[in-house]
Amino acid sequence: MSTTLATPTRPRRQAGALAEDVVRRFGDRTVLDGLDLAIADEELVVLLGPSGCGKSTLLRLLAGLDRPDGGRVEVPARRAVVFQADRMLPWQRVLRNVTLGLRGPDADRRAREALAEVGLSGREGAWPKELSGGEAQRVALARALVSEPELVLLDEPFAALDAITRLRMHDLVRALRVRHHAAMLLVTHDVDEAIALADRIVVMRDGRIGNEHLVELPAADREASGAREELRAALLHDLGLVHQS
Amino acid sequence: MTDVGLVAPPVREEPYRESHAEPPAEGTTASPRREVFLPGESGRRTALGVLRARLRWPLGIYTTPAVVLVLWEVLARAGVLSPAYAPAPTSLLGTAQRLWDQGVLGPDLAISLQRAGLGLALGLTVGIAAGVLGGLLRSGEYLFNGLVQIVNTIPLLAVLPLMIVWFGIDEFTKVLLISFGAGVPMYLNLFSAIRGVDQRLIEMARTTGAGRLRLVTRVLVPGALPGFLVGLRFSLAYSVLGLVAAETVNADQGLGFLITQGQTYLQTDQVFVGLAIYSILGLVADQFVRALERVLLRWRPGYEAA
Ligand SMILES: Nc1ncnc2c1ncn2[C@@H]1O[C@H](COP(=O)(O)OP(=O)(O)OP(=O)(O)O)[C@@H](O)[C@H]1O
Ligand SMILES: [Mg+2]
Repeated sequence: MSTTLATPTRPRRQAGALAEDVVRRFGDRTVLDGLDLAIADEELVVLLGPSGCGKSTLLRLLAGLDRPDGGRVEVPARRAVVFQADRMLPWQRVLRNVTLGLRGPDADRRAREALAEVGLSGREGAWPKELSGGEAQRVALARALVSEPELVLLDEPFAALDAITRLRMHDLVRALRVRHHAAMLLVTHDVDEAIALADRIVVMRDGRIGNEHLVELPAADREASGAREELRAALLHDLGLVHQS
Repeated sequence: MTDVGLVAPPVREEPYRESHAEPPAEGTTASPRREVFLPGESGRRTALGVLRARLRWPLGIYTTPAVVLVLWEVLARAGVLSPAYAPAPTSLLGTAQRLWDQGVLGPDLAISLQRAGLGLALGLTVGIAAGVLGGLLRSGEYLFNGLVQIVNTIPLLAVLPLMIVWFGIDEFTKVLLISFGAGVPMYLNLFSAIRGVDQRLIEMARTTGAGRLRLVTRVLVPGALPGFLVGLRFSLAYSVLGLVAAETVNADQGLGFLITQGQTYLQTDQVFVGLAIYSILGLVADQFVRALERVLLRWRPGYEAA
């Protein structure tokens, strides 16, 4: 595991990720319109928003897959992405899928450790076609974490999983956060998933970050509590779903 | 395998009956037909089942050719087919033996194989190198694509007279013709295979921090492999075609010469021996690619026809 040395000389805002006044257009449609977002070191921010509002677009900018049409994006060089679909290389066994971005003689050992962390010891030699949906998504998680990134971007990583597997994945993410000290941005449609995992929930609207909610509930209160229901109602209101609750 | 498989009635479809444990809700319009699935054939292999499967396609894909051969033999023996037009397959074996003993078949086969081998080596080398460059680099695409497309539209046989004028009638022309046949389909298939690798996987690889070399060796090359094998299959087939064309038009040695000679002296059996050897070459090439596919494309969740 990487060192836990403090780096006091480094300004705080350099850790995590920073998007300043970011603009992104497709043709004459402006999807991101002067968006600002800062993610602190080791913070898990959940991004909520209606379909088509530009969540994936923002995530791709932070991942460095696309360039902004205006503004500024600053992210650590060591970052990883978990996509909605697992995006495994079907022609490589699980282990080689995890070592894809790794260099050095201990790559295999590190990949084995990462697979063990997501509960997939012993499946290193399997072909992707032999994995279940949840297993494949766990491999994608291992592949993201194996390089000890400073920023992990997750685009609806558990959307295609069933409810029980999704809850297991939430436990897994919480456990992994204890060991890996990375900032995370998680995009989801699921308000309950947001409440279960977030340090902070931001809601996108009109190409910007609309409301923000700091979530400072202990784990038990995230399952069921008055504060949780209040937060849930507030989020649904932000998403324009208030009349349904 | 299990007893259950044997005890369960082998019912695959039956109309819905009232006596069933759970009658449908009020609506009697529900589909009356039901399907029942039992352990597959592999689960309970009776001796009879195995025998039936064997009898259905005893020689795999060669069942149909074998049937044609047998039919041909029977018709030839019955005198329906005249030996001057289509001699019986068994008599062709005798002819082949005779030609071999005369010291004709062996050298002819050797020289043909040598031509095909040289042409293939040349064509595949150029085709693969150009295909990889064209697939990976934009400038490679501009360099090669137009040229190959033009060459591709010209029939091989039409270029032959020109090549004879340019390069003479010796070995070089034949090897060149074969290499054109092999190189062009290889280039075209490899190019589109590399360009067709799933963009989302390339994107994913970039986000893991994999460098250019990793991207090529772990994503683009294996991803292009199925297309490469399609190209290889075409290349092998076309190289045999090129071989036939080159040898038939002008040769004093080789299988094509054997056939032309047989034709000139009305030795139909000799023509057939030549044809049979060409077709065996084609079949061997096909089996070779199939074997490669089985090894290299193990990862692919392929469609297995019933
Ligand atoms: N490459 C592209 N070309 C043109 N338009 C695009 C492109 N990518 C995204 N868009 C448009 O930008 C808008 C935002 O897309 P984006 O994928 O970011 O939405 P999203 O918030 O992730 O939605 P969802 O929750 O459904 O995934 C959409 O209206 C989409 O049509
Ligand atoms: Mg999206």
